[in-house]
Amino acid sequence: MAQDETKNPIRNEHPQPNGPPENRAAQLGLGCFFGVIFGFLLQKGGVAKYEVLIGMLLLEDFTVVKVMMSAVVVGMIGIYALHTAGLVKLHIKPTRYGANTLGGILFGIGFGLAAYCPGTGTAALGQGNFDAIAVLLGLMAGSYVFAEASGWLARTVNRWGDRGVLTLDRVLNLKPRVLVPVVATVLVLVLAAIHLFVDPTP
Amino acid sequence: MSSRNVLHAIGLIVATPMLALAQTEAVDPGATGPAWSPYLVGVLIGVLSMFTFYFSAKPLGASTAFANVAGLIGRLIAPRHTDSLHFYADKKASKIDWQVALVIGVIVGAFLAAWSGGEITGRWLPPMWAERFGESVWLRMAVGFLGGGLMAFGARMAGGCTSGHGISGAMQLSVGSWIALLGFFVGGIATAMLLFYA
Repeated sequence: MAQDETKNPIRNEHPQPNGPPENRAAQLGLGCFFGVIFGFLLQKGGVAKYEVLIGMLLLEDFTVVKVMMSAVVVGMIGIYALHTAGLVKLHIKPTRYGANTLGGILFGIGFGLAAYCPGTGTAALGQGNFDAIAVLLGLMAGSYVFAEASGWLARTVNRWGDRGVLTLDRVLNLKPRVLVPVVATVLVLVLAAIHLFVDPTP
Repeated sequence: MSSRNVLHAIGLIVATPMLALAQTEAVDPGATGPAWSPYLVGVLIGVLSMFTFYFSAKPLGASTAFANVAGLIGRLIAPRHTDSLHFYADKKASKIDWQVALVIGVIVGAFLAAWSGGEITGRWLPPMWAERFGESVWLRMAVGFLGGGLMAFGARMAGGCTSGHGISGAMQLSVGSWIALLGFFVGGIATAMLLFYA
């Protein structure tokens, strides 16, 4: 099954006419520039703050959900539109039921302890939350520990339910131009429900 | 199109209105919530994703950068051992790349945002933490370090973090990303509830 799935053509067939600059220095500069904007937005969105992040996990503050869902709605519509126009490739990581579930829960436990995730922790340091330094050092240490286990994990957990690149439209057998508006509508309705009934600020 | 023109174009489209907004907003240093509407911020992050896909062929993601830097440090201290590891067999996994540049930019961007909004904190302990667990900075650092370690291990196992899966993967309708995102919140909510209410 996993083999069949990976043999299916991936929807990355469109060439990119105005491809990204190959120049490494230019890409590093662009990365830094996009990072400045990303960090600026994360801080303005309040998600670099300990109280907002832990408030999310205690189900008292839904700022994080509002930011993430709004980003997903706009990004999904935008990127599928660009993709349909042949302007961008998709960048989808493999779906591995075992590794996604176990890794996801492990990440969640760490998230609960640290309160900052990798992106928001970096932003937290930028706004002067020095306790984020410990989290960022932990991220580096944990990455190396993972590397130590990576050979074994590749032979075991990564093989459990490895489906390769798998997207929701393929699972539901719907074309993206049908599914994207549906998912966008559902997410907007969920956001509206959260805004109206759970957390009306702001 | 040269990279210089690209930067100018993006700068005009995205950065200018953001800075204008930053200057006009009411400043409340005591605020613990978001300075801007989280919906507006989310929309702008969605637009930013379109730009990173188009100009850099990269999705937004934060956790990979830390693995790259860890690999670089590992190669300095124990080059042969680091090369022998499955994850670092791919030399790209230990390079200063787009993702590392992005994360460095995030620190600067968050600083500019906090500074422009009068929200620089400059403290070692979040008040909410201190209220529950006391004034020991070392306890907070130890728990933060452990949390960071677990997050990195989990993110590399799952293939991404809250940005890479939760935003970039989810918006591409990747099934694995939605599963990982569910795991992030299940694990995170359970742990935070135990820490603060148990």
